[in-house]
Amino acid sequence: MENRSIVSIADYSKEQIQTLLSMAAEFEKHPNRQLLKGKVVATLFFEPSTRTRLSFETAANRLGARVIGFTDPKVTSSSKGETLKDTIKMVSNYADVIVMRHKLEGAAQYASEVTDVPIINAGDGSNLHPSQTMLDLYSIYKTQGTLDNLNIYMVGDLKYGRTVHSLLMSMRKYNPTFHFIAPKELEMPEEYKFYCKHNGVKYIEQTDFTDSTIADADILYMTRVQRERFSDLMEYERVKDAYILRADMLTKCRDNMKILHPLPRVNEIQYDVDDSKHAYYFEQAHNGLYAREALICQTLGITLDDIINDKTII
Amino acid sequence: MNNKEQKLVAALKDGSVIDHIPTDKLFTIAALLELEKCNEPVLIGNNLESQIMGKKGIIKISGKFFTEAEISKLAVICPNIRLTTIRNYEVMEKREIALPETLTDIVRCPNPVCITNNEPMKTVFYVDRHNYIHQMFPYDHAIGEDDNTKMKCRYCGKEVQIKDIKLK
Repeated sequence: MENRSIVSIADYSKEQIQTLLSMAAEFEKHPNRQLLKGKVVATLFFEPSTRTRLSFETAANRLGARVIGFTDPKVTSSSKGETLKDTIKMVSNYADVIVMRHKLEGAAQYASEVTDVPIINAGDGSNLHPSQTMLDLYSIYKTQGTLDNLNIYMVGDLKYGRTVHSLLMSMRKYNPTFHFIAPKELEMPEEYKFYCKHNGVKYIEQTDFTDSTIADADILYMTRVQRERFSDLMEYERVKDAYILRADMLTKCRDNMKILHPLPRVNEIQYDVDDSKHAYYFEQAHNGLYAREALICQTLGITLDDIINDKTII
Repeated sequence: MNNKEQKLVAALKDGSVIDHIPTDKLFTIAALLELEKCNEPVLIGNNLESQIMGKKGIIKISGKFFTEAEISKLAVICPNIRLTTIRNYEVMEKREIALPETLTDIVRCPNPVCITNNEPMKTVFYVDRHNYIHQMFPYDHAIGEDDNTKMKCRYCGKEVQIKDIKLK
């Protein structure tokens, strides 16, 4: 049987991405269905992540599936020393699809190799988080009408920010121009700049974050600058306020510009930005529901045609 | 092998000869093969003249025939050594060993939070052919130096340079 696991979407073709985007759009029109009636979705959160788990479980519930799982590995046998393989093998006896989050990198890839039940990677350490990438792509597609030829500005922690790395790799086929705005200590790692050069992706690096430097952005992707990432706390104190977006910085920006953020935010987007027409981060999180409905269906072999011709809409 | 060399290292009846070893890697290879535990005759030569390499090391082990896994390990330590298999004084096989495209359970991932370091499982590394200079120009530069060959962990995706590699 073909393994339909979704460990990464970085190597998906444009057609595959477009199919998932179209599926998400259908689910946005009609989120509540009985398409997965009789199916069991397991959500195995070896590492807590309330936001992602709620989004996946809501997606499964709204499609009529039943959900089993755990939210804290302390209650499972992994705390007794059970291997990941054994846990996955055990759950494979019960579920039709397994959504898993793990603190170790590569855990989802390994899980997908030890079972025939499809695995959806809901984050493996700082490695991959394809459902986040998918909801980012859907948010960009929805707000801009296309993924092609966009100016995407990434701001804040570009060194450790898993979401910006995944987005960068997934956008490479759409001729984007990236602007990397970050303090020196948190700049985009060399391997991703090399990736851009290798794939012919244009990028510009800058440290200034002002109304003028973001004037040409179509997408402003904000991330949190975290104190614990700095080896030099003096440096943190110096830069912590330099990458905060305020409403008065939006006067020169493009009309179509939207602000994205993977959430949770702390202070990097001031609350006065929330009322701006450019603020999109809450809708972005909402889009995660449709993106995850699409991903779950994809792993179960449900096609776009099945979704368009679905007679189970509630 | 010329006459002069033959005098230096005696002929084998059955066993293997590892030739073209970079001189600075000879004792690493000897340690990897755990030759100190070997009860059969072993001959080790170093700083021998080589037309291709300048100087080289050579190891002859009586009664030893290498498995593919052992050959892969040798290839990781020093790509492009030559392995000769001898049976009843006849050369049965002579091959330049090269890194395979995939290394299964040979190399340890340097990433402590990689699943392979936390689960009883095999590691898998992919050799990056683009940086694999030796493959196309085997003796173009001093072997073992400036080797930019990279390998990528199948699981966590981290890349590691061949010179930083730790065997499993």
